[in-house]
This record gives sequence, structure tokens and C-alpha cells, in this order.
Amino acid sequence: MIGEMTTVTALWWAVIFSGLYHGINPGMGWPLAVSAALMERKHSAMPKALAMLALGHFLAMIGILLPFSLMIFLVEWETQIRVGAGLLVIAMGIYLLINRRHPKILARIHPARLALWSFLAAMAHGAGLMLVPIFLGICAVGADETGHIAAQSLMGSNVTTAFLVALVHTASMTLAGGVIALTIYHWLGLKFLSKTWFNLDVVWALSLVLVGAAGIAYALMGH
Amino acid sequence: MNLRPDPTFHASPKLAMEAPVENYAFTVMLSPDGSQSDGIAVVDLKPGSDTYGEIVHQVIVPNKGDEFHHFGWNACSSSLSPLSGHAFLERRYLIVPGIRSSRIYIIDVKEPLKAKIHKTIEPEELFAKTGYSRPHTIHCGPEGIYVSCLGGGGEDGTDGPPGIFIMDCETFEIIGRYEMDRGKQDKHYDFWWNLPQDYMVSSEWGLPPQFENGVVPEDLLSNKYGHSIHFWDLRARKNIQTMDFGENYQMALEIRPAHDPTKAYGFCGVVVDTTNLQGAIFTWWRDDDGVWQSKKTITIDPRPEKPENLPPLLQGFEAVPPLVTDIDLSLDDKYLYVACWGLGEMHQYDVSDPMNPVLAGKVELGGIAKSEKHTNGKDFAYGPQMVEISRDGKRVYWTNSLYSTWDDQFYPDDEGGQMVMADVGENGGLTLNKDFYINFPKGLRSHQIRLEGGDCSTDSFCYPSV
Repeated sequence: MIGEMTTVTALWWAVIFSGLYHGINPGMGWPLAVSAALMERKHSAMPKALAMLALGHFLAMIGILLPFSLMIFLVEWETQIRVGAGLLVIAMGIYLLINRRHPKILARIHPARLALWSFLAAMAHGAGLMLVPIFLGICAVGADETGHIAAQSLMGSNVTTAFLVALVHTASMTLAGGVIALTIYHWLGLKFLSKTWFNLDVVWALSLVLVGAAGIAYALMGH
Repeated sequence: MNLRPDPTFHASPKLAMEAPVENYAFTVMLSPDGSQSDGIAVVDLKPGSDTYGEIVHQVIVPNKGDEFHHFGWNACSSSLSPLSGHAFLERRYLIVPGIRSSRIYIIDVKEPLKAKIHKTIEPEELFAKTGYSRPHTIHCGPEGIYVSCLGGGGEDGTDGPPGIFIMDCETFEIIGRYEMDRGKQDKHYDFWWNLPQDYMVSSEWGLPPQFENGVVPEDLLSNKYGHSIHFWDLRARKNIQTMDFGENYQMALEIRPAHDPTKAYGFCGVVVDTTNLQGAIFTWWRDDDGVWQSKKTITIDPRPEKPENLPPLLQGFEAVPPLVTDIDLSLDDKYLYVACWGLGEMHQYDVSDPMNPVLAGKVELGGIAKSEKHTNGKDFAYGPQMVEISRDGKRVYWTNSLYSTWDDQFYPDDEGGQMVMADVGENGGLTLNKDFYINFPKGLRSHQIRLEGGDCSTDSFCYPSV
């Protein structure tokens, strides 16, 4: 029981950590919040931009998590689903490692459509996939606790968990991105925009591989 | 691929102005009759260098008859666009099109003194993939490198309208045409944009038969060259408004939007008003209803001249037209430089109020029936033409050739390529620098200049100066 509690706590921390991690990645949109505030020449533009970016990111997370939450009521296939999900995440990571091209599709979106941009950016980077193994881990522990209750209520609780995971993750992402955007806008100035902009492409792709592998390992170990 | 953005990418025009000064210039060298190969001259601009103001390296291409004209970078400050989320391109390659051959060279200038050809795109590939010919202006945009073309398909470039195509900024593969809906646009010349505000403006010179063998006087006098500019929804690739300056405003060429992306105005230079031979600058802007407007804000008068002093083309007019053939705007959007290639003058206008430009400085050099010498006593063929401003706005460089066949019509007795520089005063004013004078190798003329690390007609900024 204590072990399970620790696992759940660790997994929730993983949700928060992944949010912070996504938030600091310029590819998830904090430079857009800076530019929105500067272009509109008013402070209120930044929270609005951050909210739009958060909305898009949240929708991308929930869009990926929900199908998995509906699948997992197949309790007897739980391990297989978790392994499959892990493989999918690893595949995405490998794809991003191989395809290192300058992304064009995101540049096609109108600069004012921040929520759409954020949604597609998260999708293109496999940001939602990174959460799947963590989310499935949380659901698995939840399922162990509740025992053999009706599939329907299990599914319901998984849907709630999906929303919670997406919400907590998006909140921490917005916090991290918001802090960077605010610091650059109010104190550091634009010069730091290019200075704080690191190429996270490889790290990001490796993170996906790592998270996917961890997901498979935990699934096979029965956690 | 870098781990950090290229240090020559700047978020705002102001940051670009504060960046270290240019160490090199890259200048086009062209053989007017195709007897030699064209090339790019690398000019040393390092302050204090022993070879300051000298050509220290040349990239000579293997073909002849390309006629280099304009060129640009594979990547610029637009890479810091918050939309791309991926700022790790390198400003490393110059995209150099042959306006006559339609061949495009990609030149690697990572080490300026060892600059070399990286890739060549043959004309057949351009024709097959775009249906366009005679590539011209280069800008680094949201989806790659945008290249405007002056000609359509077919032998003389009149089979279909000319337009813009997009090239991959890493592989230099031609992707295809830009336009989804070109509206009334049927000629092409320059283009530029405001990336955050998502608009593009393009201009018109004339179709290839109207310029390749020289200016066609009948076409000019019957106002058949371009006199409109086009406003585009950049990402929708759609012409949203065509603005006709009036048919007498022949050859609407250079488009210079304000560099600060919060501003929605810019300038366009018109070579000649056929009613009075004046040169003109229009200021264009977007009004509160989102409709584009324009107003003629600068006019430059012709100079009366005895017919015997004039080239045959101008004898009937008994005047030297200013011929506004290039304009360039400093990064602080304060000074607009206007090359009067016919008069032999470089004007500097204070455009702090874009609706009311004020002449702030002027240099006289060369000129039709004038041939004003440099202050260092040396000759200057033709007149001031392609102008480029240093990022900090303190130095203005220019060359002298307009276009091979046109040089010969307006200046039948001149020959040679020169590049000079003028210093900008604290409060405006323009003074020729006696120590900076480059005479190009015999038989070669010069055209556009690019400065290492970006200049005032390459970089597009995505954040305002604050």
C-alpha cells in the first residue's frame, strides 16, 4: 500500500515535471507570449496569450489521453496496452531524432491563432504522447486499488484522471513558460530571447524514448 | 544545426543596430557582355585591417552569361519567429540568382575568405518546378526561402505571369510556387513583408522583353511598365489589394517596409513619372479600416540639359531624369536613402514622419552629362545605384551599375564597376569617405551589396524595438 502511494506520488510529480519541461521549451510557445505583449504594447496581452497557449496545449493533451483512458477498461489487456503505448512513444522519439528538419507547418498558422498553434505544436512534437506512459501508470495503480469493480466506473474514473493529468500538466507548463516570458518581458529584455533559446530537439526526442521505455519497464514489472 | 540561435539573428531591429559592426561585404560582380564569368567579391570591412576596403576573395562561377543582380541569405533574423519555435538555422549561404540565365548558385560563406559554391540549381529545374524564370529578390520567410521571379515560362518569359517560389532553407530544393490567388498581378519585381502582421507587398518592373535588351522607349512612353504594387495575405498566399499609383508612375521597384513590426507602413520607389520625368517615392500604409493607402511623399525633379550632352535615348527630352532605381531604409526607420542613378546623386531623407520626408543629406557622384568625380579625385562610372546601409546606420555603401543593357543606353561612354561608402553624420548628413573606393576587376560591373551578419534590406524582424 505504501509502495503504491509512493508510486502514485512519483507519477504525479512526473506529470508536474513534464509540464515544467514542456513550458521551458520555446517550441511550446513562450516566445509567442513575449511577442504578443510587445506587439500589442500592453501588459494584458501576455496573460491572454498564455491562456490561449494553455488552452491549445490542454486540448492536445486531452486529445491524446482520452482514447487511452477509454481503452484501459480492457483490464486484462492492461499490460499489452501499456507496452504498446510505450512503443508508440519510443517510435515518436525515434521519428523526431531522424527527422530533424526545420518545421514548416507551424509557420503557416496565422500569428493571432495562438490556441490552434499551441495545439498543433504539441501534436507535432508528441508532447501528449510523453504523458501517456505516466498517465497509464496512474490508472493502473488506481485499478489495482479499486479491485474488480465494474468496467464502467473504472472507465469513468480514468476519464477523470485523464482530465486531471492534462490540467495539472498544462498548469505547470503555463507556469514555467509564463515565468520565462514575464522575466524576459519585464526584466531581461529581448536580447535574452535568443540567449535563452536552446535547441532542445535531441533532448526532447530522447526524453520521449526514455519515457516510453520507462513505461514499458513499469508495465512489465507490474507496477 | 546549432544548439543556440545564430548570433547574427536579432529579435528586434534595435538589437541588430547594437550588434557588432560588419567585417565583410559581399558584392556582385557581373560581366555585362557575358565574356567573363560572374562572381561574388568578398570585401574586407574590418576596421583597422591592412586590407580594409579591398577585395580579399572572389567566388567566380563556372558558367558565363548568368548576369548576377540581387541576392540574399538562406536564413536571417526571421528565424527567431516565435511561430517556428525553431531558431537554429545558420546564416551561412548566399542565394545568388542569374537574372539572365535563371541559374541559381548557393554560395557557402561560413568562412568568407574561403567562400565557395555549395550547390547549383540549373535553369531547367527552376522552369520545370515553378514555370517561372529570371529569379531576383531573395527573402527568408516563414516556410523557407522566398524568391521573386521577373519572368514566366517560355523562351522570352511571357508564357504565364511571373511570381514567387519557395525553396527549402536547408536542402535548397525548390518546393514550388507561392501564389494561391495572384489577383491582378501580372508583372513582378521586388517584395517584402511584415511577418507578425502577416502581410506581404510586391512590386512591378516589366516583362523580360521590356528589359533584357534595354529599356523599350515606346513601352515607357505608352506607360507599359509596371505602376502598381500588390498587398498579399502572406500566409493565405492571396492578393488582397492591388494599388495602382497611376499609369504615368513607371516602374514601381523597391519595397521597403518599416523594420519595426508594430508599424504598418513602408515606401516604394518609382523610377520615372512619364508626365514630367520626376522620380517619386510613395509612402504606403494600412488605414484604420484595414485598407491599404498610398501617397506620393517625395518627388525629385529632372535637370535640364543640352541635347548634345545627352545619350540618344534622352536627347528629345532635353533633361536628365533622376531615375530612382534603389531605395533603402535604415534599421531605426529614420533615414531613407534614395539612389538617383540618372542625376548622379544619393539622397538621404529623414522619414521619422513617413508622411513628410525631409531631405537631410546628399552626395553627388557620377551622373548623366555630369560625371562628378569622387572627393578623392577618382572616376565614378554611371551613377549611385544599389545602396546598402550598415546595421548601425552609420555607413552607407553603394555601387554603380543598374543592369548591363540599361547602363549602355543611359551611359554609352562609361564602363567599370565601383563601390564607395559614405559616413552618416550624428544628426543626419552624408559625406563620401575618401579612403573607401573599390575599382572592380576590368570588364566587371557591380550591383547588389550584402553585409556579413545581415543588413538593412535582408533581415525581417519578428519583435518590435523597445
